[in-house]
Amino acid sequence: MAQHMNLTLKVWRQKNDKSKGQFVTIQANDIADDMSFLEMLDVVNEDLTRKGEDPIYFDHDCREGICGMCSLVINGRPHGPKYGITTCQLHMRSFHDGQTIVIEPWRAAAFPVLKDLAVDRTAFDRIQQAGGYVNVNTGGVPDANAIPVPKRIADEAFESATCIGCGACVAACKNASAMLFVSAKISQFALLPQGQTERYERAQAMVDQMDAEGFGNCTNTGACEAECPKGIKLSNIARMNREYFTAKFFREEDVHTHN
Amino acid sequence: MSNSKPVLSSSLGRKLIMSLTGIFLCTFLVVHLIGNLQLFKNDEGYAFNNYAYFMTHFTPIKVVSYLLYASIIIHAIYALVLTLKNRAARPIGYAQFDGKANSKWSSRNMGILGTVILVFLATHMQNFWWKYHNDQVPYIEYRTDLATGKTTSQELDAADFRDYQVTVEDNVEIVKARDLYKQVDFAFQNLGLVIFYVIAMIALSFHLIHGFKSAFQTLGVSHKKYVPLIEFLGVWVFGVIIPVAFALMPLYFYFVK
Repeated sequence: MAQHMNLTLKVWRQKNDKSKGQFVTIQANDIADDMSFLEMLDVVNEDLTRKGEDPIYFDHDCREGICGMCSLVINGRPHGPKYGITTCQLHMRSFHDGQTIVIEPWRAAAFPVLKDLAVDRTAFDRIQQAGGYVNVNTGGVPDANAIPVPKRIADEAFESATCIGCGACVAACKNASAMLFVSAKISQFALLPQGQTERYERAQAMVDQMDAEGFGNCTNTGACEAECPKGIKLSNIARMNREYFTAKFFREEDVHTHN
Repeated sequence: MSNSKPVLSSSLGRKLIMSLTGIFLCTFLVVHLIGNLQLFKNDEGYAFNNYAYFMTHFTPIKVVSYLLYASIIIHAIYALVLTLKNRAARPIGYAQFDGKANSKWSSRNMGILGTVILVFLATHMQNFWWKYHNDQVPYIEYRTDLATGKTTSQELDAADFRDYQVTVEDNVEIVKARDLYKQVDFAFQNLGLVIFYVIAMIALSFHLIHGFKSAFQTLGVSHKKYVPLIEFLGVWVFGVIIPVAFALMPLYFYFVK
């Protein structure tokens, strides 16, 4: 049998990207402990809708921890009090009856609040567009495994590629730095033979775009790695630095402009 | 096609500057500590005062010392620039932020720790560097009998001192020097100063526990053998041995001498 609990939510409410937001206290009553955190918000929103109030606006999509859409800083931690999961994978059994839960959006100049708890993460899309791709020849479908890739390298590239771009690294970083995200995207291509064509142009273009978006500077606190729902490693940032410095000092190339 | 942004105006370029100046300052600490261990010699400062003369008059050392002053200033200025940019990257902070759940205290407080160290450096340079360079320290004469190897010393009046000199008369070596050792002894009779020095060394310890390994991460070092070695050096050599040995100097002069 599910246990039920009553909670006090302190939720950031903000009408739109122009207005100033504030915390609003909302009661969440009769919440089952086997609900996910987002289901709990659904229940609260149904209640608000019934009362004719504006429901809490928050991002979500797959609700199985693979899309990177859900966010929320819950009691001071991105994706809540557990490690290695997204907010949709967080269950109410991680909280207790009578608890006060503070819910805030990702905070970063590069992630402006759209409404309530939803932020604009298109800065990540622009960084990806700047260099997070490979050129592929047209023609027939190539044979699988035609290009040899050592297992160890394939695994490492795969681990970097598991980044879902949720932005928890930025949210967790005291400097609002996006370096874990950018380094994961640079790494997954830098490691593989298919990524070599644009290797050094990519590192320069993506770092340039990251800086242009107004993200902060990494101070190697490791908060991003600890809070990443996909376990992206800090060693990716070291690799990004190697790629970028190699590009800058030994292989500087012009970069494509996209505008 | 267009040029990528110059490296030094990029976030990674600025971090590189922090890393390289930081590592250089760490190497300085090692040299500074080894030299200052001569303070523990019970020789009325004979070795230490000769060493102080050498360090301030040997040209290659002087060149490195200007590099050192520049590194301190650049490290501090870039820290300030990066901190301001990091503040701007999060204009609205969190109402609740649980930093200890995901990172170490020292890594989140490098700016405060660095500021303590900077204030300490200003005090430290005023106490010894400034006084030594502006003839505000006492003078001393050592007479060593070259036959027996015995050294005696006596304070010199300013009138009797022109410059550091070593002469040999009747098989006796006479060394006239600025007595920085006496100045150290004098300064560390002040309990307030001793406490401040010890606090500064605690700040240095926490700064280097994070800073040393962080500098190598910025340089892009990720190696399964060398990263654990760097982490070990960062904690035990730069975080423990060096700050503790430095902190022992004021404590030794206050409690033992």
